[in-house]
This record gives sequence, structure tokens and C-alpha cells, in this order.
Amino acid sequence: MKRSTLYSGAAAAMLAAAALTGCATGPSSADLDREVLAVMKASFRDQGIAKADRLNQDPGQSACSSDKPLSEAVAASIMADARATLKWPAGGQYIGDWREGEKLAQNGRGMTWTDRSTDTASNGGNCYNCHQLSKAEISFGTIGPSLYQYGRNRGVSDPASPSSRAIVEYTWMKIFNGKTYNACSNMPRFGHLGLLDEKQMSHVMALLLDPKSPVNQP
Amino acid sequence: MRTILVTMAALLGATGLARAQVKSAADGIAEYRRMLEDGNPADLFEAKGEALWKTKRGPKNATLEACDLGKGPGVVKGAFVELPRWFADKLKVQDLESRLVTCMETLQGFNGAEIAKTEFGRSEQNDVTALATFVAAESRGRRFNLPQAHAEEKKSYEIGKRVFFYRAGPYDFSCASCHGEAGKRIRLQDLPDLTKNPGDGIGFAAWPAYRVSNGQMWSMQLRLNDCFRQQRLPYPLFGSEATIALGTYMGVNARGAESIAPAIKR
Amino acid sequence: MADPMRIRAQAAGDKTTVRVLMSHEMETGLRKDAAGKAIPAWFIQEVSATLNGTPVLTAQWGPSISKNPFMQFNVKGAKAGDKIAVTWVDNKGEKRTDEATVS
Repeated sequence: MKRSTLYSGAAAAMLAAAALTGCATGPSSADLDREVLAVMKASFRDQGIAKADRLNQDPGQSACSSDKPLSEAVAASIMADARATLKWPAGGQYIGDWREGEKLAQNGRGMTWTDRSTDTASNGGNCYNCHQLSKAEISFGTIGPSLYQYGRNRGVSDPASPSSRAIVEYTWMKIFNGKTYNACSNMPRFGHLGLLDEKQMSHVMALLLDPKSPVNQP
Repeated sequence: MRTILVTMAALLGATGLARAQVKSAADGIAEYRRMLEDGNPADLFEAKGEALWKTKRGPKNATLEACDLGKGPGVVKGAFVELPRWFADKLKVQDLESRLVTCMETLQGFNGAEIAKTEFGRSEQNDVTALATFVAAESRGRRFNLPQAHAEEKKSYEIGKRVFFYRAGPYDFSCASCHGEAGKRIRLQDLPDLTKNPGDGIGFAAWPAYRVSNGQMWSMQLRLNDCFRQQRLPYPLFGSEATIALGTYMGVNARGAESIAPAIKR
Repeated sequence: MADPMRIRAQAAGDKTTVRVLMSHEMETGLRKDAAGKAIPAWFIQEVSATLNGTPVLTAQWGPSISKNPFMQFNVKGAKAGDKIAVTWVDNKGEKRTDEATVS
């Protein structure tokens, strides 16, 4: 509250000075970009597990904080950074249990200030919030593309076979750090930011790629 | 709510038409909302707010009838659809709730900082919510027309736009992640595109609203608070510059849209 | 003590439609607070309405009725200017009566 008054006071002084000089321009876009960082800092506080330092942006978040698309060079750099964070699952365990995957997909909890812990055990995958997955679940969002028939559409009859390797790895990368393929993707970085652990991600992989999963039933 | 969805799904399951099922679920919800339009419990909060406006309260034992919401002292009709706006006496852009708290402080002697720190749903915050509901109701049917003449009002819009697109937190979410595109929904909840005018009675034009699912009256400050919670961001301070600027951004984008506040929501 | 009800009564020919919005928490007694303790049951048990003092409706309610309940009913033989009074009594013994004029 105090800081806002200071800014407003400063702004009023600036306006007064501008009026005296007969200048009609306001702050530049770059000025405003800088100022919003201070506005954000002054406008939020810690609550539970949601600490104020969550407002600190990494280069990707900062570059994508706009209604304008990124330049190719900047996009490439962010995607390269994302690619570098990639970790494959221990022992090559890409595919877990689709039943657990469905539970994770249905679970929208985790990481808010009403959640008790940042442990992955407290987190869901939030998948149905944005995606269609199994046919039976009609309560699905459309922020992300439909994943219904995901494995089937990509010809995955056996996720363990060499012919499926490329798709399996691509899918893992999307879940681990989706910014690898789309710098400003809406997809949270489940693996890189420790939202889900390897086991949980393998369950989601199974939901998407196991031929027995409800997602891939004809 | 769940029962209606399950019933619709059961009724239509036999046809095996996934798309038809989804459309009908949305139709079912729309029908449920129409049924609720009569007897909106927001009316109770509107009545309470009107009483609070006209009752002598606080250390100064005064009413709020001299409160200037932007159209002159005591002018309530039409004020809601012109907020947030610049107030010379505070040298800042204020939204409805922060302005109400200012009036409660200057006219009635309440401690504004204490009210701002109070949790939603407790003590004087309930009064602020009821007052906001009353003031919104007095502009029912009017169209948004936020002023953008003052440099600070223009700046508030620009800051609000940048806050809207600010990506942060463990999910990399900004407001735009959900509200930056038309025709999207989260689960079965339609999401208005708030970068544009989303139409009469939608988005900014639909709050304050009574939420049937939790039986609570939600003001815009509380709606934003819960948005930030779902975005996995930290806690927005009541009446903070970020929240007011977002109101300016959404309100200016909604110019010409009809306000249906106080509305009813699931 | 409790917040007032909002009552609207409109006559159309012989049929008058009465709409009542009541302010009440309607706790079922099954909800638990953050500490895990059950929140005590607190709900309207009886609703009654009169037309110019004559009883026209009584209802037995329970915990399945939602918070801030809305009730609508039709009554015969009322005309503009008549008085409709609605009363509720809850399980704590608290009660509230509000009145409206048929328009």
C-alpha cells in the first residue's frame, strides 16, 4: 500500500514536470516493462507454500510474458535451454501403470497455497483441466489439444519396441519439459520443476501410450 | 452439480456420441443456471450492502452516503461501470473495493490497513463485499465505460496488461494461460477471452457474483485472489496495484459490455 | 437477529406467485472444519406462510436444503394489497418472520 503511494507520488511529480515542459508523452514501453516487475513485487506476499519468490522469472518466463510472439532467435535459445534440462528415467522405466496415470490425470491438486507440501506425493498431474484423455471422462478442458487415442494415432502397439522409441522419448520430453518443443508452451514443466517424480511421469506415459489404456481403446 | 453431470452422461452414454455428450452437459449447466437466476442469493448481500451504506457506523458514527465513487459524493448509480478510475484525493487509480475502504476510513474512521489485512469472509471484509454487491447492483444493465483520460488511468491499463501476461511460478501460468484465447474451457468451465471484450455479462461484467458451489458472495478482489491461487502464484495483497491494474485492463477491454453484476455462478 | 428474507408476491388473476429468499447457513452437521472437528448442525426445520394472517403453507425442512434457500409457491385467492408473511424456525430454536405486500 505504501509503495503504491510512493510510485503514484513519483508519477504525479513526473506529470507535473512534464506539464511544465509541455511534453505529452507518458512512460515508454520499456519503462513500463521494468515498472511491472516492481509492481508485482509490491503486490504479493508469501502464503503457505506459495512464496513471494515465485514471482522471480527465469529467462523463458520473462520472454514469454507478452502478447507478441518471440523472435526465432530468442525462441531457439529458450528451447535449447529446455532441451538441456532433460533427464531420462532411471533404468529406462518410461512406462508405468495407466491406472495410476488416470488417477494422476484426474488430480488437480498441488503447489497452491492451500496445498500442504511441495512434495511430489502431494501433486496431481492436472491433465484433465486442459486435455481430453479417456473417452469416458467428459469433464475435460480444451486449453491443450485432445490426447484421446494418443498412442493409437501414433501407431504405438508396443511402447517397448524400438519402432516406438522416438514417440516414447518425445512424449517423455513433453511431460518433463514441454518448452523443449514450444518456447512459450502452456504445458507446465512437470519433470524439470519437480512437480511430478519419474514414477508418476511414467504412469502418465502409460495412460498415453499403453495399448491397454482407456485412452487408446478403439 | 455433479449429480446433473452424471445424470446427463448416463442418459446420453448409450448413443456413444462423445461430442453430443459434452454439448449436452454444457446445455444442462446452462439450464441449471437459468433456473437459478430467479432467487439469486446475491440479493441478500445487496440488501445488506444498501443497509450498510445508509447506516451510521465506525468511530465517526457516520454513513457512507457522502462517499465519492468517482461520479461525485453520494452518486452510486453508474459508478460501478466506471471503475477502476483515478481519484485525485488519493493520487491513485482505485477499484471499487479499495475505494470503499477509503470511504470507510475517511468518512467513518475505520482503519483501512486493518481491513485490507483482514481475510475474506471475516469481520469488516464481509461488509466491504456486501457494499460492493450493492454498488454493483445499482449499475445493473449499464455498460462499462471506464475513463482513460488521465495519464495514470492509461498507465494502469498498460501495467494491468503486463500483469495479465506475466508468466511465473512453478506452472509458468499467467492470466493469459487460461484467459488469453477465445473458445477455451478448463474442465467444463468456459473461459472468457479477457484480452478482448468477451460480451455482455461475461468476465469482468459478471462479478461480484454469488457462487452456489460454496454459498459465498465473491467480489472481484476475491475472484482475482483465487485466480492467483490456482495459478500457483503467491498471495495478492487486497487492493494492491497489480489487482487494481488488472481491473483497469479488463474493464477497459469490456467497454460497451453490459454489466449483469451481481450475478450467480456455479 | 438473523438477516432479513427477501419476499416478492405477484398476483396474476387468481394465482399469486410468492418467491422467498432466506438467509441461513443451513449446516448439515456433517462438514468438518480445518481442525477436523464437525461443524454443528444448524438448519431451518419449519417454514410457514400466512395470507392476511391465515396459514396457507407449512413445510418441514432438513439438512439437505441448501444454504441461503430459495422457495417459490403459488397461493389462490390473494389480491394486490394483501399481506404475505413467511416464518422460519431452525433447530436452535431461532426464528425469523418477514412480510411483503402482494403487488
